[in-house]
Amino acid sequence: MTPPRFEAANLTKRFPGVLANDAVSLHVEAGEIHALLGENGAGKSTMVKMIYGLMRPDGGEMRLDGQPYSPAKPAEARAMGVGMVFQHFSLFDALTVAENIALGISGMRPTRALSQKIIDVSNSYGLALDPDRHVQSLSAGERQRVEIVRCLLQNPRMLIMDEPTSVLTPQEAETLFETLRRLAADGCSILYISHKLDEIRALCSRATVLRHGRLVGAADPRQTSARELAEMMIGGAWNAAGAKAMTPGRARLEVQNLSLASEDPFGVALKEIGFTVHAGEILGIAGIAGNGQTELLDALSGERRTAPGCIRLNGAAIGDLGPTRRRRLGLCAVPEERLGHGAAPELSLGHNVLLSARTRQGLERRGFLSLTRARAFADDVAKRFDVRSSGVHAEARTLSGGNLQKFIVGREIAQNPDVLCVLQPTWGVDAAAAAAIHTAILTLAADGAAVLVISQDLGELLAISSRFSVIADGRVSEPRAVGDVTVEEIGLLMGGQAGPSEAIAV
Amino acid sequence: MELIQAIIASIIVAATPLAFAAIGEVVAEKSGVLNLGVEGMMIVGALAGFATTFETGSPALGVLVAAAAGTTAALAFGFLTQILLANQVATGLALTLFCLGLTALAGHAYSGQATPPLQPIPIPLLSEIPVLGPALFAHDALVYLAVALALAAGWFLRSTRAGLILRAIGENPDAAHAIGYPVVLARLMALAFGGALAGIGGAYLFLVQTPHWVENMTSGRGWIALAIVVFAGWRPERALLGAYLFGGVSVIQLHMQAFGIDIDAQYLSMAPYLATIVVLALISHDKTRQRMNAPAALGRPFFQSS
Repeated sequence: MTPPRFEAANLTKRFPGVLANDAVSLHVEAGEIHALLGENGAGKSTMVKMIYGLMRPDGGEMRLDGQPYSPAKPAEARAMGVGMVFQHFSLFDALTVAENIALGISGMRPTRALSQKIIDVSNSYGLALDPDRHVQSLSAGERQRVEIVRCLLQNPRMLIMDEPTSVLTPQEAETLFETLRRLAADGCSILYISHKLDEIRALCSRATVLRHGRLVGAADPRQTSARELAEMMIGGAWNAAGAKAMTPGRARLEVQNLSLASEDPFGVALKEIGFTVHAGEILGIAGIAGNGQTELLDALSGERRTAPGCIRLNGAAIGDLGPTRRRRLGLCAVPEERLGHGAAPELSLGHNVLLSARTRQGLERRGFLSLTRARAFADDVAKRFDVRSSGVHAEARTLSGGNLQKFIVGREIAQNPDVLCVLQPTWGVDAAAAAAIHTAILTLAADGAAVLVISQDLGELLAISSRFSVIADGRVSEPRAVGDVTVEEIGLLMGGQAGPSEAIAV
Repeated sequence: MELIQAIIASIIVAATPLAFAAIGEVVAEKSGVLNLGVEGMMIVGALAGFATTFETGSPALGVLVAAAAGTTAALAFGFLTQILLANQVATGLALTLFCLGLTALAGHAYSGQATPPLQPIPIPLLSEIPVLGPALFAHDALVYLAVALALAAGWFLRSTRAGLILRAIGENPDAAHAIGYPVVLARLMALAFGGALAGIGGAYLFLVQTPHWVENMTSGRGWIALAIVVFAGWRPERALLGAYLFGGVSVIQLHMQAFGIDIDAQYLSMAPYLATIVVLALISHDKTRQRMNAPAALGRPFFQSS
């Protein structure tokens, strides 16, 4: 019996305080498209970094075609026939396609012969590429082709694809699937990392599921329902009991026909988004990272402006107002990035409250800051939300992730906003802090505020939201009561198939 | 004719130290490191080279020691900015100030002393061409070396794999690291090259221009070299041309003074620096061109993760 193409046994990786991979085993056959499935933080990235030689495992062993395999660096992995296409491309904008490809291959120079090879390979797999173009003029899909062609030129035995469709349009994704199927048919194994269930069910013959760094199990995604896969990913915590009966109050936040191009070249444009959040309600928006979440929060918080009528707060058009005026009117927001966006790392907590609570808490008088009042407010937030720090003089960066997140969310909640918009409220936060943040959000809503929670954590959204929708490729699906929605539907929606009413442009 | 011949020859002499420093800095900046310590590395090279030549009588040995001294200063900068991740702008300025002070102190004993100048090596045949021959082809070895280095550095960056890697590191060090290239090591090597050339540029001042040690004898040439790098769009061959251009401006002003043209000497002395500012302002005007040529990661610290 031939050994599998790739085999990992009891792979373990420890980071300070976290067991990122706990004795994970996996095997991939020749010509197989194998899915590595899991939520964010489940340990998928750590695992493939070890396979690609970017990290050394602390324990366990790997074999490639039966031979011991332990690459010390990516060049060794490539030399042995393991290629990787990163989620965030490692390309050089000012260099040409041929130069970029030469950089990824040991000993290669960007010669005419290489250009010819690039054209040959790209034609035979349907990946049109011009070797002389500068990368900065390429679309995301074309950039990915550069990475794939770079791997293919080295005749890989196994290709690792890290969330390859996260930056692609649906059409580009379809082209990519064709290429991958053709590659697999030629005998190349593909380790496909994703949490888009529909993609995996369409493409992969086997799936290995990780959760919290542990192997949960393996499944055949074609035989397994999206619900079962989702349960494996989330950990069986799936129950519809999180749905709360609620009597919607008045409409607090109304978003209508919100379209906005992204400022980030890798960002996603918002497309005709419309939804309403009522008093006392928590609307959860799920979705895979990079589908417009950041852009949506920027538009809601006022960091990006829109036409006035696109966003209404308690009936008043606020689309053209900046963050400070929106706050004064009662809309507070918590961005995703704690350090640098939500808080200034080098400033004390007492100064950090000034960033967002200046107007609503009267921390400013005639252009002068009242530091005494700011410190008192910071102290109040810290006490109310159990923020553990050395005091209000502590610099924000000295707090642990969970404590800082409690502080930032608490800082907004303590201002008693009418509307609170939160992106990734419990990202990278331990369970106790997450529970505290959830309770605070639920209490705020119960007191009559409208809350919008945007998160990648399905379990979280299903636990606290009263209604639920999905953002995919800059579109937000019609909100549904949490009790009415099935995991299959969520999986489909997250894959970009926005409800039956909205057809996707193909 | 004699005068034109003399002017061309003196332009080349004036331009050569600028050319060395600028070519070295182009390579260093292509790796994504902004080293504002060029002036400092030049003056350190000048003093170390002068002392060596003075003690041994050998200009060749002086050039080697000057290069080594420039490299040492560059590696000190590299240690601070690449390994300790100090701010590149502040560290570069500090390096220049430190080197100027250090050489003023250490060079005290040598002030007023003289060294044997570098002998010209006329190129056979070419140097016999009337007028142009003596002007272009009857120089010392370092003039030829500067031209050769400009061409070699241009070829290295454009056509070799190592040059491609260097450019890639200056463009996107994180991606280069992810592919598996040694970002910090490559940057240190580029800095060392830049330091060696700046040191040789400094040595040229006493070897050919004035055979004495004079405190602060670089007098701003390092800063002009930095401007030439931008002017040249980070291309070594163009840096050589830029050096000749700036050298020309500084020589012409001397000749204008000699002709007794009725402008205050101070204004003429300002000419090269004014030219620097004007050229930089004009070049910076075209933002897209700048962005195409400038290394995208220039001056940004690289934090190695994982």
